Amino acid sequence: MDEIKPKLLSKSKQTAEDRRGKILCYACLSLIVVLIVSILYFIMDKGAATFTQNHLSITEFFTGTKWDPGHHLIGALPMITTSFLVTILAALLATPFAIGVAIFMTEYAPKKGTKALRAVIELLVGIPSVVYGYIGLMVVVPFVRKIIGGTGFGILAGTLVLFVMILPTVISLTADSLKSIPVSYRQAALALGATKWQSIYKIVLRAALPGILTAIIFGMTRAFGEALAVQMVIGNAVLMPHGLGTPTATLTSQLTSQMGNTVLGTVSNNALWSLALILLLMSLAFNLLIRFITRKGAIKR
Amino acid sequence: MEILTTENVHLYYGKKEALHGFDLGFEEKKITALIGPSGCGKSTYLRCLNRMNDLLENVTITGSFKLNGKDIYSPKVDVVDLRKRVGMVFQQPNPFPLSVYDNIAFGLRLKGIKDKHVIDQRVEESLKQAAVWNEVKDHLKKDALAFSGGQQQRICIARVLAVQPEIILMDEPTSALDPVSNAKIEEMLVELKKDYTIIIVTHNMQQASRISDQTAFFLNGNLIEHGRTDQMFMNPKEKLTNDYLNGRFG
Repeated sequence: MDEIKPKLLSKSKQTAEDRRGKILCYACLSLIVVLIVSILYFIMDKGAATFTQNHLSITEFFTGTKWDPGHHLIGALPMITTSFLVTILAALLATPFAIGVAIFMTEYAPKKGTKALRAVIELLVGIPSVVYGYIGLMVVVPFVRKIIGGTGFGILAGTLVLFVMILPTVISLTADSLKSIPVSYRQAALALGATKWQSIYKIVLRAALPGILTAIIFGMTRAFGEALAVQMVIGNAVLMPHGLGTPTATLTSQLTSQMGNTVLGTVSNNALWSLALILLLMSLAFNLLIRFITRKGAIKR
Repeated sequence: MEILTTENVHLYYGKKEALHGFDLGFEEKKITALIGPSGCGKSTYLRCLNRMNDLLENVTITGSFKLNGKDIYSPKVDVVDLRKRVGMVFQQPNPFPLSVYDNIAFGLRLKGIKDKHVIDQRVEESLKQAAVWNEVKDHLKKDALAFSGGQQQRICIARVLAVQPEIILMDEPTSALDPVSNAKIEEMLVELKKDYTIIIVTHNMQQASRISDQTAFFLNGNLIEHGRTDQMFMNPKEKLTNDYLNGRFG
């Protein structure tokens, strides 16, 4: 009895190890949480400073069209409009292609073809955005200039570049959601005398709708946040866009092109932080939207 | 009279032969049960009858399959049309993630029926035939997946009945269900026999003896014996059948 008593009362090596493992995981987690919270706090604090410290009008920020923070003009509407326009247009353009390719990959292509396509798509995701921007600058901008005239810089060029950039993301997520639709649905449809195409568009696409919407929103998140490639083709003039081919600026392009030109603490600098804050809030909104859709899709109606 | 006749049926998965050549026919407006241990080829054979095996890669089927005297594997046959005439119910209930109504109307709409009155009528009729009308009539707009497994399976049967096929294939339709649902479906199948030819794969020998008129016993890709159910269960001709029916293997 006496020999095993200390053994039973003290912790075993394994238990101690278990505890250390747990502590390590919690430590990693707390570091990340602290990091995220400080980033959020920093951006919010800085972004709000334009309105709290410099006492500029928040209404003007969202509705004004004149941007010259050096002279206390902070109308961000042109950038907000352009950001949304390029995002929505790119998503609208990418969606039909993405759905088409995803259907081909999951329903029609032989297995080897699907694998090859996957590899190509992953490669496309991995290409740095500056490369896309460079192609945009050298190929898309001259092309747009030829088609609709003007300088070629502007919303159309931005949309086309973003279209190519978000396409792989939207395709692979759409393909995943199509693949997750049970084979039994397809079998049931075919056994009722549906053609393959009928089974796809009447049943599979419908069942995959929440997943497809999520894919599109992921694409939009990427488009909305893309900075470098857009900056290279958008024209970088803070003007309300008057057409698809006039130079303008997005929130991101304005940030990248101006961040080196302002001094911390000045109105110009704070105004840029306000732009960053909008970007942050928008990505938060996109994320919430995705959560909302996936949850709604998971619930049995 | 035989509505469906199959002769010299061979089926290969790649090079491996899974069905070894046999003849089997099905009488009109009768229930035929296909029994045998797992992996004996009964489900594989069943899926030849509405060409669902076409969906699998690497499957070769030879032999003659004649529905009303016409070869269903002839290149002239429209598979889509064949499947409208030979419906199928699967082992797992597989309603579409749509409302009950849209599930039943799916096949009718495929047929090009657009008249709402006609569809309404067929939906009600089919659900009544499938003995599930009373449970779903107030919830026709509700998602079919929200119902119990037994109800889902009867909805699936109603979905097949709605297109009024000549033959209904059933691949272990009650094996995933509770005994009460099982009994309801068996009762319904006997009712359905008046209008439909039913071919049912089952693992449940009591089920086969309760509801079927004809039974075919499969073993390792061969058809060992087939004939009238009562005769086969009382006096099997083959020793293998006798052993299987008495639970000596399987």
